Amino acid sequence: MVRFIVRRMLQMAGVLVVLSMLLFVWLKALPGGPVSAILGERATPERRAALEAALGLDQPVYVQYLRFVERALHGEFGASTAVLPGEDAFQVFLIRLPATIELAIFAMVLAVALGIPLGYFAARRKGSPLDSGAVVFSLIGVAVPVFFTAFLLKYFVAVEWQLLPVSGRQDPSLDATRVTGLFILDGLLTREWDAAWDALRHLILPAVALATIPFAIIFRITRASVLDTMDADFVRTAEAKGLTASVIRSRHVLRNAMLPVVTVIGLSLGGLLAGAILTETVFSFPGIGDAIYQSQRDKDYAVLTVLILASAAIFVIINLLVDIAYAVLDPRIRTR
Amino acid sequence: MTTEPSYAGRRKERIDALAAHSFDETAGVSLIVSAWRRLRRDPVFLFGLGITVVFIVLAVISPWIAPHDPAAAPLLDKVRPQTNPVPGPEPGFPLGADDRGRDLLSRLLVGSRQTLVVGVFATIFGLIGGLFLGILAGSFGGAVDSVVMRIVDVMLSVPSLLLAFTIAALAPRPSQTTLIIAIAIIQVPIFARLLRGSMLGQRSSDHVLAARALGVKKSAIVFRHVLPNSMGPVIVQATLVLAIAIIDAAALSFLGLGSPDDRQPEWGQMLGRSQEFIYDHPHLAVYPALCIITVALGFTLMGESMREALDPKTRR
Amino acid sequence: MRTVRKLASMAAVGALALTTVSCAESERGDGGGEGGGGESTFTFGAAGAPEMFDPLYATDGETFRVTRQMFQGLLGIEPGTAEVVPELATEWTSNEEGTEWTFTLRDDVTFHDGEPFNAEAVCANFERMYDQNEAGQVAAEYWGYVMGSFANDPDNSLYQGCEAADEFEAVVTISRSTSGFPTMLTLASLAMQSPAAMEAGDANGIATQGEGFSFPDYAQNPVGTGPYQFVEYDQAVGTVSLEAYDDFWGDAPASSDLTFRVIPDESTRRQELEAGSIDGYDLPNPADWSGLEESGNSVEVRDPFNIFYLGLNPEANPQLKDLKVRQALYHALDREQLVQTQLPEGAEVATQFMPSTVSGYASSLEPYAYDPDQARQLLQEAGAEGMTLTFAYPTEVSRPYMPDPQQLYEALRTNLEDVGINVDVKTASWNGGYLDNVTAGKYDAYLLGWTGDYDSAFNFVGTFFGNLKENDFGTKAYPWGQQLADDLQAADAVVDEDERGAAFEEINAQIMEEYLPGLPISHSPPALVVGPDVEGVIPSPLTAEEFSTVSVGGQ
Repeated sequence: MVRFIVRRMLQMAGVLVVLSMLLFVWLKALPGGPVSAILGERATPERRAALEAALGLDQPVYVQYLRFVERALHGEFGASTAVLPGEDAFQVFLIRLPATIELAIFAMVLAVALGIPLGYFAARRKGSPLDSGAVVFSLIGVAVPVFFTAFLLKYFVAVEWQLLPVSGRQDPSLDATRVTGLFILDGLLTREWDAAWDALRHLILPAVALATIPFAIIFRITRASVLDTMDADFVRTAEAKGLTASVIRSRHVLRNAMLPVVTVIGLSLGGLLAGAILTETVFSFPGIGDAIYQSQRDKDYAVLTVLILASAAIFVIINLLVDIAYAVLDPRIRTR
Repeated sequence: MTTEPSYAGRRKERIDALAAHSFDETAGVSLIVSAWRRLRRDPVFLFGLGITVVFIVLAVISPWIAPHDPAAAPLLDKVRPQTNPVPGPEPGFPLGADDRGRDLLSRLLVGSRQTLVVGVFATIFGLIGGLFLGILAGSFGGAVDSVVMRIVDVMLSVPSLLLAFTIAALAPRPSQTTLIIAIAIIQVPIFARLLRGSMLGQRSSDHVLAARALGVKKSAIVFRHVLPNSMGPVIVQATLVLAIAIIDAAALSFLGLGSPDDRQPEWGQMLGRSQEFIYDHPHLAVYPALCIITVALGFTLMGESMREALDPKTRR
Repeated sequence: MRTVRKLASMAAVGALALTTVSCAESERGDGGGEGGGGESTFTFGAAGAPEMFDPLYATDGETFRVTRQMFQGLLGIEPGTAEVVPELATEWTSNEEGTEWTFTLRDDVTFHDGEPFNAEAVCANFERMYDQNEAGQVAAEYWGYVMGSFANDPDNSLYQGCEAADEFEAVVTISRSTSGFPTMLTLASLAMQSPAAMEAGDANGIATQGEGFSFPDYAQNPVGTGPYQFVEYDQAVGTVSLEAYDDFWGDAPASSDLTFRVIPDESTRRQELEAGSIDGYDLPNPADWSGLEESGNSVEVRDPFNIFYLGLNPEANPQLKDLKVRQALYHALDREQLVQTQLPEGAEVATQFMPSTVSGYASSLEPYAYDPDQARQLLQEAGAEGMTLTFAYPTEVSRPYMPDPQQLYEALRTNLEDVGINVDVKTASWNGGYLDNVTAGKYDAYLLGWTGDYDSAFNFVGTFFGNLKENDFGTKAYPWGQQLADDLQAADAVVDEDERGAAFEEINAQIMEEYLPGLPISHSPPALVVGPDVEGVIPSPLTAEEFSTVSVGGQ
């Protein structure tokens, strides 16, 4: 087990190093970049050259990369030029991360709270109107682009009916105290209930929009898994033994059907980050996704590089954790 | 390699399950025939098929039925950036115009064409890439197989939209081609795994063994026997991928990674560009969005019911 | 039963965790302002995060909008105009050569940290701006732009020294007379900052880090003399908070608090305004103007202080060296139609490279008429019928002078094609290669423009043609390029304002009638929108609004 983990970690480090090199070289080759962004209309060849020299952009690419590596080893990844100007790119990642964590967790809770019961009951009543309705609904959910769902929610709930805030994470006038960067938790810890409540209100719409992605997956897996288990031999045996339906359901079907569901939940967390690019952009929700979009749009390459590398690392780690958890949960895999 | 439970693993299982269908004991052809027999009576499939057929026909004939040239701006004179940024409906222009004075109905109609182009090309390029890797892995086996599949698994472990975004964002300048390439690349691992699984399964099947015993060349076996028999699941997957490709293209356009040249309309691009006017003129966004949703739903319904029809479990 | 026990123990652990971390105390203050006057907050939607808060190193409008509320210059701008008025200096005089300027200062000003504002502070500011390290020399964009260079290169520097002649009298020496001085002291970048705070926060300790800059502590704790003082910048939510400075020398601001909220997406800014959670934002899309007005907001249109032009580069296409070809292109453009249909209300057809409010504007000039026939004829005379023109526009950008580049481009392209020119369409994104290609001379023709920094003719035409070696118009390829650059420098050095104005008028006429190095198209008014209950906004042509007069909710 330990060897397996160590090997995977080493593999990840290798992948990240190669990825950082590719990204670095590639981004250097792109036209434009920070110099244009800073100078705008004032750009003349002379000023451009001066700025490039000051930023070390006139050096050969491998020298620049070596410098980048050297700085990175000291924990400096280059200053942001657009997302949070002046801040180190890795700091930008850290500042923006709690927002996305909060959003992802909340979206996942919604998706689970809806997806599992719906999947279970759909499977129990296979072929009923409830089942077909839920299946079609989940398929439509797949077909509607997330950002369009987000737009509709924003347009109606926030703008037309004014039930929830349009964008952002918290009303600045609340002057909330920051502890962890997870605003709801912060509000609870410091007993600033209004701050927690306000943060929650800001979270609802983006989370609902984002939840449509894992919801469809969780619903379908639950349904399929419950259907499989209901057919399984041990359930038939239980039925034959004459156990009551409710006991069979709770003790055999549900429990056994949950194993694949649980793993899917852990893993679609990674997928949420991709969806977060779209939802956070629509709601100007200051998380990682919004930062990825902005850094791309404004050519903030230091931030873009760090965010891509960090996301890649997050996926690898999540995958690894789930593999470990699965091995612990399911002894059959361990023995193989 | 053990079965992996990860997200990628889940996707892999789905793909592998699909790959397994093509070499069910009841030889390939009869399987497809029986699947078709079931599908013919499946309302979900027929509904999806209907949407798809209408969409494809529209994409082909739209330039001739569109009332106006989608690139021309007959209502440009009516456009006033301030007082009338988006001209409303009027005789001859049932849906009005967009912000550049171009007939919206014509753009929606002709937009089907570019949308189909994006979807189909992304799928075909993804398929070709997958075919290449799949054949490489499936026919050589051994070290080649494990190296190729390692790469494929790494790609599968990254959420596809993020990968597509990264690839598109790294293009020197956004265009329809970069969009297609970005989306195609994320399909490659899916097709690669599908084909490899299917080919591995067939390696030991009777007709391949027979061909080999008769001394048929390896390449000929692959291209004449193995590949054709893998087509069932490939078609199913391609149908599903088409829907995803169209949605992802819209998402990337929305994020500003689509083609900046909008003379030839494309739904995803229309939707992305409409953001500017979304408050006062939401119809500019809603029409192309509805088109995308309908078509994506059509492909998804069709693909899912085909998958179910091919699935031996549900056939019981 | 077992599950119940499990739950109970989990709850206990949870409660324990909560109590151990709930030493996290609320740090909420008891309200920002101490009741001085009306307690109200004006919240403004910003399009991007501010770079930091030291105006010397600032380059973009979002940052200046914030620093302008906290800092003041020696010279100010009359609200609603581009006119220079006294601010921290009450009067200024120069010697005859225009090289030695004496500023008489206000004697009732203190910085937000309580330090006195006097001649010593002024000189400390100048010396600080002048004495920059390598990174600072690049980051201090505006100083470099108006002063030429820094302490390590005094020969090329306009600024030569500053001396405190008296407690409230500062003397600044410059190397030569120029129209830009002292008008340039209205620039937000050259505002007065507290020398004590700058020293404490190591204000000059800027460094490059990767492709950007890392700023010293001071840049996050700015101290000025303006009506508002800095409270905090919350990066996690993207808000900057300012509050009224109680000992401000002028009138106390109408709103006690000022908040800037970063909302990168334009349509979201609009929605937030309609929802009432922000009170205004800058540069609303012209398409939204009427909708905004309908829902009770007021769109404040500024006087245009910019120029949108079609740049030409004879080095990229030698056919452009012929004046007839350039005139033909100009006659081919239907600018009246363009202004009517593509630009917001208040936009004007340009007759020259600067707006009419700047002194030196040649009011005698008439716009080149839209005349496709004459254009064709001129092309024929020049032997350039069917010429091919590589004509470019930028994507992913909207500037005050060109709200929608692609749309403007399409209209101009159609005009050019109508007279038989083959247009080779080129495009690149603004930061992603467009500007590089323009300065590198890769396009025959391109769309670009300029917003004035301050009321100065040289800031327009001098920027375009004053530097012979390096300008986007490739004027060094023309026989008159040198002459034009010399004339501009000479006019700029004229001390007397009226004489200087006359000199620029003459040059402007010459540029348009004899040289025509590019084709000025239009001036567009950028707008600002505020909510229904906001009063007291004075739109500034320089987009340099001061929010101290703004009140919310009729207070």
